[in-house]
Formats: sequence, C-alpha cells, structure tokens
Amino acid sequence: MINEAPILPPMGTLGFLRFAWRQLTSMKTALILLFLLAVASVPGSIFPQRGNNPLRVNEWIAESPTFGPIFDTLGFFDVYSSPWFAAVYLLLFLSLIGCVVPRTQVHWRAMLAPPPPVPRNLLRLPQSLEFEVGAPANVVLERANTYFTSRRWRLVLTETSIAAEKGFLRETGNLLFHFSLILILVGVAVGGLFGWKGNVIVREGQGFANTLTQYDAWGGGRFTGAARLSPFSFTLDEFNVDFERGVAQRGSPSLFEADVTYRRSPGAVAETTRVEVNSPLAIDGAKVFLVGHGYAPHIVVRDANGVVSFDDSVVFLPQDGNFTSTGVVKIPDSDPQLGFQGIFVPTAPANNLRGPVSTFPGPDDPTVFLSAWRGDMGLDAGAPQSVYRLETAAMEQIGIAALRPGQTWALPDGSGSIELTGFERWASFQIAFDPGKEIALAGAILAMTGLMLSLFIRRRRVWLSVASISQGVTVVQLAGLARIESADLPGELQLIRAAVSDLPDIVSEKTATDV
Amino acid sequence: MSATALAGASNAAVYASMLTLTLAMVAFAISFASGRRRSGLTQSQVPVVAAVGSTAVLTKPTLDAPTEDDAGRKSANIGMSFTWLGFVLLLVGVVLRGVWAGRVPWGNMYEFSISAAVGILGAFLIVSLRRDVRWLGLFIVIPTLLTLGLAVTVLYTEAAQLVPALKSYWLVIHVAAAIICAGAFTLAAATASLSLVQARAERRGKVGVVKVPSAEKLRTLTYRILAFAFPLWTFAVVAGAIWAENAWGRYWGWDPKETWAFITWVIFAAYLHARSTVGWRGDRASWVAIAGWAAFIINYFGVNIFVNSLHSYSGV
Repeated sequence: MINEAPILPPMGTLGFLRFAWRQLTSMKTALILLFLLAVASVPGSIFPQRGNNPLRVNEWIAESPTFGPIFDTLGFFDVYSSPWFAAVYLLLFLSLIGCVVPRTQVHWRAMLAPPPPVPRNLLRLPQSLEFEVGAPANVVLERANTYFTSRRWRLVLTETSIAAEKGFLRETGNLLFHFSLILILVGVAVGGLFGWKGNVIVREGQGFANTLTQYDAWGGGRFTGAARLSPFSFTLDEFNVDFERGVAQRGSPSLFEADVTYRRSPGAVAETTRVEVNSPLAIDGAKVFLVGHGYAPHIVVRDANGVVSFDDSVVFLPQDGNFTSTGVVKIPDSDPQLGFQGIFVPTAPANNLRGPVSTFPGPDDPTVFLSAWRGDMGLDAGAPQSVYRLETAAMEQIGIAALRPGQTWALPDGSGSIELTGFERWASFQIAFDPGKEIALAGAILAMTGLMLSLFIRRRRVWLSVASISQGVTVVQLAGLARIESADLPGELQLIRAAVSDLPDIVSEKTATDV
Repeated sequence: MSATALAGASNAAVYASMLTLTLAMVAFAISFASGRRRSGLTQSQVPVVAAVGSTAVLTKPTLDAPTEDDAGRKSANIGMSFTWLGFVLLLVGVVLRGVWAGRVPWGNMYEFSISAAVGILGAFLIVSLRRDVRWLGLFIVIPTLLTLGLAVTVLYTEAAQLVPALKSYWLVIHVAAAIICAGAFTLAAATASLSLVQARAERRGKVGVVKVPSAEKLRTLTYRILAFAFPLWTFAVVAGAIWAENAWGRYWGWDPKETWAFITWVIFAAYLHARSTVGWRGDRASWVAIAGWAAFIINYFGVNIFVNSLHSYSGV
C-alpha cells in the first residue's frame, strides 16, 4: 500500500506508539482479535496434534510428503503452542489489560463520586412521568428516601429533590471477569512451567516407580526436573475389564478398573486401592489416572535345539475399538537375527474373509497372527529403535502363521519354533502433576461470578423532584436513565411512583418477583 | 413395567411428541400466513405517557407483536397448545428412557438429541410465559422437529449401560448445562435470523414480516437470551474442565470437543463485545450470534461423528 503520509502531520515514534496502543486497546481490535482466536483454534481440531496423538501426526506427515512438512513448519500439528496462536492470544490479553486498567480507574472514581444532580427538565428524559400525590412534599421525599435507602441506592438529597444511582456491581463484575481471565492464564502458565505429565504402560503383576527412566513418554515444564518427582511406586495387581454383550452398544466397555498396591516412598507402608476412569489415585500432589488398556500375548521362542531364547508377555498396542492389536517380538541374539511382527485379535473372526481383524474386544477367541523375519534388524546402526516396530529393510520374510493359546509354530526354515502360551492384560496410566490448576480454577470461579454480575446487574439513575401546589398536594416529577437494554426502567419507575404515593401493596408484591 | 414395555413407551412418547409438534408447526404456519401487511407503528410499540387528572398511565414498550386478526391468533394459540403437549410428551419420553436405562438419559447422541429438543422447547415455553412470542413458534418447532427426526432415524440406539468414562456425577452437571444452552442458543439463532429478515425489509421501507416484532426488538430479545446463556455455557465448559481433570488428568487438552466448545465461547464473547461496539450492534452482531450457534452445532454433530475425539462415544 502506498503511504499517504503527506496529508498527515508528522507523528514521531512516541506518537506512533501512542497511536498503536490506542488502536490495540480499542473495542474493535478486541473484537477482531476474538474472531482471529476462534479461527486460529480451528486447525487444531482438523489436524492431529502432537500433544494428543504424536503417532497420528507422524502418519499424516508420512502419508503426504508434499504438504506434511509444510504444515509441520507452519505449526499445524502444534497449533496451541505455535507462535501465531500465541501471538493472537497475547495480543488479546495485552488489549484486554490496556482496556481494563483505565476502566478500573474510571470506575473507582465513579464509585467515589456522588450521583449526578437532578437535570433541569426531568420530563425531557425518555423515561419520565409526572403525577400528583395527596401528601406534603416532605412526606413524599421521606417516602422516596425510605424506598431508596432500603434498597441500598446511593443518594444525594436536597430540599426538593433526590438523585439516586444503583448498579455499580455491574462494572465491578465486568472488571472482575476480565482480570480473572488473566488469572486463568497465569494458572495455565504455572502448570506449564512447573508441572509434568508422563505415560506408562504396566502389565498385570508388574510395577512402576516414579523415575524418569520408567516412563514411556514424559513431558515436563521448564522448571521441572527428575529431582522433583516424588518417589512413589505402585504395582498393578489386577486389571478388570468387561464389555457390553447385548445388542445395544455391543463392545463398549462396561467395566474398567485397576487394583494397585502403592507406596508413597520406597520405605513406606504398602497401601492398596482401586483406580478407575473417574477416580484417579492422588499421591503427593501428583495424580495417577487410568487412561487405557490392552493385551500382552505371552510368547515363547525356542531355537533349533529347543533352548528357550525368549519367554515373556509382549505389550501389543490396540488399533481399533475391538482391540485388534499390533506388536513385535525381537530375538537379536540369534544368528542371523530373528523377528516377528504380530497382530493379536482377542476374538478372531468366524471366517477369514476379513483378515486378522478382531470382532469383539473381549478375549472370546484370542489368536495371534505372526509374520517371521530373518536378517539384520538394524540394531547396530546406533539409532534408538521403537519396541513396537520391526525394521524389515534388511530382513527376509520366512513365513506366516496364526496361533491360538497352546499352539506352537515350527519355523519353516527349521531354525526353531514359537509358541503362544496365553495372554496378560496391561493398563496404561497417565501420571500428572499440575501446580497451576487450583489457580486456574479460582480464576474460572471468579470469572463466572464477575460475568453474572456484569450481565444481570442493572446500572441505572433515577431523579425525583417535588413541588407543592396546594396544601397537602404535591406534584412529583420522576425520571430515570439506564445505560443498558436489560434494565426494566419503566417498571421500576412505576414501583417508585407507588412507593411515594403510599401504595405499599403494589411495592411489596412487585419487589417479590423483581430481580 | 418391564424393560421392553418401558422402551416401547419411551419411543411411543417421542413419536407422539413428533406428531403433536408437526400439528403445532402446521398451526403456526397457518397463523403466520394469515397475517396482513400493514404499515406504520402500532399503539403497543411506542411508550406513551398520559396524564389524566392526578394519575398518569405509562404504557411500557413491549416486545408484543402487532395486533393480529382473529383467525391468525386462533391458530397461533392452537400451535402453542400443541407445543406444550409435544413438550410434555417428549419430557415423558426422555424420563422413561432414563428409567429404562436405569441412569440419566444422557449416554449417547440419541439421548442427547431428544434432551436437547426438550431444551429448545423448554427455553421457548419459559420465554412464552413472560411475553407473547407466539410469532416465534414456527421457527422453534421446525429445528426441534429436525433434531428429533435425526435422532429417531440416524442416531437411534437401544439403551445400554454408561461407558465407564461417563460414570460420574459430573455427567449430570456438565450435560444438563450444555442441553439448556442448546435450547437457548437455538432460540437466539432463530431471533437473530428473524432480525436480519426484518432489518432488510425495514431498510426497504417496508414493515417486514407481519406478526414479528421490529428488528431492534428482535436484537434485544436475542441479547437477553444470550446474556442468560453465555454464563451458563461458561459454566458448562468449566464443569467439563473439572471433570476432564478428574478423568483424564488434565483440565484442558485441546481435544476437538474442547476446542469447539472454546470456539463457541469465543464467538459468543465476541457477540457480547459486538453489542457494545459502534457499527457492530445491528446486523453484524446478529450474524455473530448465528455463527456462535453454528459452532455449537459443529461441535455437537461434527465432532462426534467425523472427528476422532475423546468425546466420541460408542453408539455415537
């Protein structure tokens, strides 16, 4: 765009900064930033996010080699920690502070100031009325005073008039709401900097100790380290799971619980408890959540001489709702190296048409489908390998087979055998420590309080002036002004009219329903 | 009553409610079509202060529609009666569904949908107790029928146990708030859309759709509904966050459902700001209110059906 500066007076750096600040803190900018925030949040619900599902992200990038890396560079897989998302919400908060701080000063002064004096011509106001009362002026004023005082209006009284004002909590609530949003952000930041979160898979009968090396995945803030982890440990004694067998929602879990024995520190007393989806185990500020489960087929591998080279249960990761699970077995010590890719199905399909896909999540007909490989699995390359993946680039497939518990498969090249002896279950736990969540909760509660005050309290001003026209008859002028649309000002003026005319029945009846 | 009988009774009540609401729709449509075009403001739209002797009468400006002819009023009243009946029948259907399942009837999308329909009708009927909103009936009954139609055809599932993730008292708190919001947001979207139609007609110098209040009154009504719904939605999101902390170990994880709840919240926050920004109070604010409702609907149907989310439960 061409700068049309010549028609403007020179601004200078300071002037420009002041201009920029004014623009940033204007309501229109806040509005645009809110829309931007809404739009910027959308990609995170369309693209898989690293924080939630790193595996899906890798798959996505692998499947689209052209756009994958571009989107990755643009931060579409880490939307909520990307610089552009941060830019939007930080600008929004800056705009918020710039708007709310001056408003707080204005509001403070307004609360200290008396209600503005009675306008000269009350009947010019859009909400006004004039009426006569059969009582002396001072009685009318006294009645009005009682009405306002008992409802805690702020008043200025003169000989012939009353100026009253009410509803300051509206703006107080509005400011409280906006400051509380900052408090929530602080809570999130504290959690991010000082908190940590890790995931671990534990097989039945196995244990876990809270040290960094035991986690399958771990993420901590800038100010958390291994030294800050509390030294608790637990053992998964038993894992119970059950699935819906009826027609309705067949296969959805109906029971899902882990019995664990835990110790708060290595020497402490062992305690037992049950961890369920909605009831985590709290130890030392950290919480242990049950987040998933799966199967670990028990596999025994023997070499040509019948000597056992592998005998353990292997964690297989579920791939669908019916727990079709994949995993690998690696025998690096055999020569040449031996590896198995496996698909475990808790309930094998009745026919083979669908391939190795489970038809029910419960173990009605557990079967493992194996593919055996020989060759170099690339362990010597130095790069760390996933325990859930077999590098078959330098390997040769020697056969495939399906095994049910108790069955043994003699490898086609005569180099040994593999047996499925049974299966165990495993549970996955998320262990989290978030010192900022109480701050965020306090912020949320204060924000809701402020929000309700700011939306339901009505700020309004009412003026009343009296003039005696004859003995015992007073002309009353009554007018009101409300800034907001939800104020039922005409109704309120009627109430005041009833009060000063000494018709208390109407007043008490109406105030009962008047919020 | 046996489980089968309960199931049958619940479904029968939902179908009966749909039939009743269809009749209500026809009645509202007849009432709507029977309006005559008139120009100028009517008595009830201007505040009038009249001083007669020692008493003054102040006529309060109301949201009432312009006076209508008898035939139209009659069918509108019939429509309201059918709407009440449909609401009661649907409520019975939802309650029986809960009795059948032995839990709160909020375990899958069929149950959410029929409850949301109760929410929409309930929001409308509550407003109708305080002011005359018969003109709005048609625009409430149609989305309700669409919701119910989707529920009984696409989303229907037999009642089953709650999945363990839903076994928490937070289900009642969180989902109840969300269902009431569904009703209020839909109501607000209807009034906001009508305000756009009226505003267009008014710009052309016409009165617009007879029986429906002026654009400005519709905007005020939209604001009042949303001023009630926004804190409630805030509460629904916060309650969801507390539940998520207890179930999944984090109070906010940008799960698609959470993301869209956030987007909905931000759009309605923008609506409230728009109402107090010069140049945005009119049609633009109405569009923002409709966008907020759209985000809510995307969150409800889109995220459950098309996106892999922690909130996608079995049986949809």
